[in-house]
Amino acid sequence: MGDISVDQLAEDCYAIVAENAGQKKVKAGDLQKAMAAKYGDQIGRADVKAAIKQLMDSGRTVYGYFGGSSIELPHKEAAENQ
Amino acid sequence: MPDDSESTSADLKLPLLDQLEEGPWPSFVKDLKQQASRRPQVAQLLQQLEESYENRWDYWRGTVLNVSGYGGGVIARYSDLGEKYPDVAQFHTIRLIEPSAFVYNTESLRQLADASEEFGAGILQLHGMTGDILLLGFDNEKMFAAAEALMEQGWDIGGSGNGMRTIPCCVGPARCEMSCYDTLKLTSFLTKRFIGELHRPEFPYKYKFKLSGCANDCANAMTRSDMPVIGTWRDDIQVDEQAVADFVDRHGEEWVNENVTSRCPTRCIHLHGRKIEIDNHNCVRCMHCINVMHAALAPGNDRGVTLLIGGKRTVRSGEMVSTMLVPFMEMKTDADREALADLVERIWEFWGEHGHDHERVGEFIDRVGLGTFLDGVGIEPDPQMVLNPRSNPYIKFEEYTAPRLEGEPQKAANVLPREPEVTEIPFGGD
Repeated sequence: MGDISVDQLAEDCYAIVAENAGQKKVKAGDLQKAMAAKYGDQIGRADVKAAIKQLMDSGRTVYGYFGGSSIELPHKEAAENQ
Repeated sequence: MPDDSESTSADLKLPLLDQLEEGPWPSFVKDLKQQASRRPQVAQLLQQLEESYENRWDYWRGTVLNVSGYGGGVIARYSDLGEKYPDVAQFHTIRLIEPSAFVYNTESLRQLADASEEFGAGILQLHGMTGDILLLGFDNEKMFAAAEALMEQGWDIGGSGNGMRTIPCCVGPARCEMSCYDTLKLTSFLTKRFIGELHRPEFPYKYKFKLSGCANDCANAMTRSDMPVIGTWRDDIQVDEQAVADFVDRHGEEWVNENVTSRCPTRCIHLHGRKIEIDNHNCVRCMHCINVMHAALAPGNDRGVTLLIGGKRTVRSGEMVSTMLVPFMEMKTDADREALADLVERIWEFWGEHGHDHERVGEFIDRVGLGTFLDGVGIEPDPQMVLNPRSNPYIKFEEYTAPRLEGEPQKAANVLPREPEVTEIPFGGD
């Protein structure tokens, strides 16, 4: 990995997820492609994986399931009851 | 579980569920009725299920509920009848990674039982279809508490969703002389190597490994996993001549011919008096002769695995049996295991790039073709990958290929167009 830190990648990934919230389900593969397009050979798949892990561990994003496992902003599921 | 269910089960009106207790088979209804005497939650679970059967309607709503940092492992279920049955309004299931070959010590089982009793409904399922340990009946709050408590004891959350699933394997060399590789070690290796893919789903759909030590396939890998890893060998079957002679003496030539040689799928085994002769070149390693004459015959010494791909159950394009991917691969050292992991990563990359949402890898191969798939993952085609050998020797494969040089004309296929066959059937016979 070059000058691009995992923190930077995490911010970039978060921006994509936030931008698409409510409109498009963003998946791990989408983030891989977007980061590869932006940074080319400077990053690898493992770097993007580490960025996604950081986002999940911090709770800034969560996994959704419907329509395939997607990466989403935390939200209350419609099916959830109290 | 003590049978103290009389008082509560008598109060429950469950005419449809009662039918499931009939017959000689074990019934989950009986167990749950016993549990209902101690837990109102389980009584309500049974009542909702009875109502489901009565109205032919599923009252569970599934959604996602994740332990922090994980993308799977919790199957969230909310009841549509939450007001009527408040104790099962939230009834989630936690999946845990099971020990290789399902071998537990008693302390581990106590930990599972205690966590289930303390936080859940006291219902364990050992094991789910994917092999996981399932703990049932948690509400939102207790699910997190249970997951935390179990992880502190060394358990880890299993797989669900569009990621790698928990890997089950047969007992392997731990308790079986047929095993051609260390299934337990490979299970542990793959789980650790791909723990990220197990906890954080990132594929088009689920990806299941199942590991069987030989072609007896005790892990049901062939039809129920995307990547079955089946033990095999590539040298000759080991024959103990004296044991063969003893076996023939005990059972008789006729019995051996009826039950062993004539059942060989490639007719490559023959009995001559008290001696057995095997044409190993044509043996397909099906294990039948070894299973019947296990004291006299044994798998060869040059052992490894056969990798297959694309098995699955139901949904989309129906059930699929795996197809051959790598006929033989050594699986003795860490380097061998790494080579398998590298191949798996190439498959995931190609499938992840081109697969559709909710498209299993077998369906993906069906759509793009095995040739394209092999190109994509960097594996040379092998005659053993052909499902059915071609039956018409006059068809030349190269005639169907695109021109390889610029300007080269496309060759016409050297076959006649298929005409409907008309056979006159004489009336009245001859």
